[in-house]
Amino acid sequence: MDFLTLLQVLDTTVRLATPLLFACLAGLVCERAGIFDIGLEGKMLASAFFSAAVAAISGSVWIGLLAGVMASVALAGVHGLASITFRGNQLISGVAINFLASGLTVLIAQDWFGQGGRTPSLSGGARFNEIKLPFADLLSGLPYIGQSYAELFSGHSLLVYVGFLTVPLTWWVIFRTRFGLRLRAAGENPEAVDTAGVNVIRLRYTAIAICGLLCGLAGVYLATGLQAGFVKEMSSGRGFIALAALIFAKWRPWYALFSCLLFGFFQALSFRPDVVKAVTSLDVPGQLLDALPYILTVVILAGFVGKAIPPRAGGEPYVKEN
Amino acid sequence: MTFMQKTLGGAAALAIGATACLAEPALMYDLGGKFDKSFNESAYNGAKRWAEETGNSYREIEVTAEAQRVQFATRLAEAGFNPVVVLGFQNAATVEEVAPKYPDTSFVLIDMVVDLPNVRSVVFQEHEGSYLVGMLAAMATESNTVGFIGGMDVPLIRHFGCGYAQGAKAVNPDITVIANMTGTTPAAWNDPVKGGELTKAQISQGADVIYAAAGGTGVGVLQAAADADVLSIGVDSNQNHLHPGQVLTSMIKRVDNAVFNAFSDGAGLETGIVSMGLPDEGVGYALDEHNAPLISDEMKAAVDDAREKIIAGEIEVVSYFTNDSCPAHEF
Repeated sequence: MDFLTLLQVLDTTVRLATPLLFACLAGLVCERAGIFDIGLEGKMLASAFFSAAVAAISGSVWIGLLAGVMASVALAGVHGLASITFRGNQLISGVAINFLASGLTVLIAQDWFGQGGRTPSLSGGARFNEIKLPFADLLSGLPYIGQSYAELFSGHSLLVYVGFLTVPLTWWVIFRTRFGLRLRAAGENPEAVDTAGVNVIRLRYTAIAICGLLCGLAGVYLATGLQAGFVKEMSSGRGFIALAALIFAKWRPWYALFSCLLFGFFQALSFRPDVVKAVTSLDVPGQLLDALPYILTVVILAGFVGKAIPPRAGGEPYVKEN
Repeated sequence: MTFMQKTLGGAAALAIGATACLAEPALMYDLGGKFDKSFNESAYNGAKRWAEETGNSYREIEVTAEAQRVQFATRLAEAGFNPVVVLGFQNAATVEEVAPKYPDTSFVLIDMVVDLPNVRSVVFQEHEGSYLVGMLAAMATESNTVGFIGGMDVPLIRHFGCGYAQGAKAVNPDITVIANMTGTTPAAWNDPVKGGELTKAQISQGADVIYAAAGGTGVGVLQAAADADVLSIGVDSNQNHLHPGQVLTSMIKRVDNAVFNAFSDGAGLETGIVSMGLPDEGVGYALDEHNAPLISDEMKAAVDDAREKIIAGEIEVVSYFTNDSCPAHEF
């Protein structure tokens, strides 16, 4: 395998890892505050639909982005209402959101566009186009460094760069700010936070809103960056892979980056059976590569590679003692 | 049939059959959906054309989950629709189960063969149509590499890919054919993101003409190819208009004609196996104003010549189904 092929595989990896990364960080913020969220998939799907639909109608991807994020935040609000205010079961609320999004998107799409649950194809300003970083053409002649710059770092849509910048940002907010400390405490020991005079309910709602925002970006990227339009069920399980990545990352932002890239890399490899065959000289079936993220997560959960300990108060609604 | 089934069937019949007069035809779409811009949509166009020409109405129903297949087919037959046209190879088992229970209803199964007295099985010679677009691909490529992206990895889709590879190799025996399947579950018909990424992967392997036989996933393939400025080939319906000037051609499979004929023949239609191929234009390649600049006169002449030779039996395109393997490409 030559260097260029490696770059191409890594390029695909970056594209496929981005939606996972957004969703994984969304889950991270939420779960760190003590709210389990398996509705990542549904929020992503709703956002994918609304961003594509509004971008198709308005012709502007930015208005589409706003609509997608708003749809996702609205669903997050529903999750918050059910699981924080009414202290319902967080898993059930998440499942409900997934079903709601899956049915609602197709229904509305059919009503608005009459194309069998899809939106019209987006073009021009209605989608995020690839950004060429400065000097990419100039440097592409340079072996290795220049090639990497031109192939791997340049030529992605804006949201990819936003996604990767979100990692240090999340790390800084969660581990270096007062808000982050309180957020983590709300997920470990909400009573202590409450005793210190901080409003747990408000903290958790803030976390859920951030989760909605990040999930929204994941959906927007799917429909307007990676593809040019919405197709029913187009998130196809990425929200669940992100959850697996979150466990794999042990609820840490930098680990999340690593695990999403790893999962993206397996997917990218499954598209290139020729490369796998050339490197390993084995005929590895693509299905095995597709399944690897899940297998790895099970291995991690079984405690073979360190221990994945979720936030202690996760999944428990906070009830103030009288 | 148990009492329970009868009651349920009756209720369903009342629910959807309230307006059904004598022997209206019905059409059951497969997963992928009515507007997949491909297989199902072609059937829809045939049904629509029939309704417009005759002024009659028909009933249609869209399968959205595996479990609904038998349920929906039973419902249609129970409600008195005749003939019942069922789309897709995955419905062979459905028809095998439902047709014997309704011997007075005629069933039409498209894309697979079921040997029952009240079933007409329509099969297409897709390998011959794919052979022709494979030739066009081989003549259009500049990198000597052409790609094929299938939907779900099933023999029918390999059948498409096999004809394509044979056509490409007939033009240039040294050509490289890259083939990928989107997945192994029915979700593979509806994953444009994966289709798009597979396309980019094939382009980075040098492919500059890519044939998508993947239902709704194909939309992503055509989009990614158009974005990267390489040529693509559509399937089933004429998809040339999706990206004018960037879709080389489409392998047309006249599912619409099969549906139109079934509806026109009406109840009690002639059963047995109907094969649609090149002679009756059941399959072919699309040429219209959107791709006319891409197809040179030489290409057209070569393909039309091959078409005549296949019909005359001078060129034999091997079917993947003959012995479940392909002479031109290993899947």
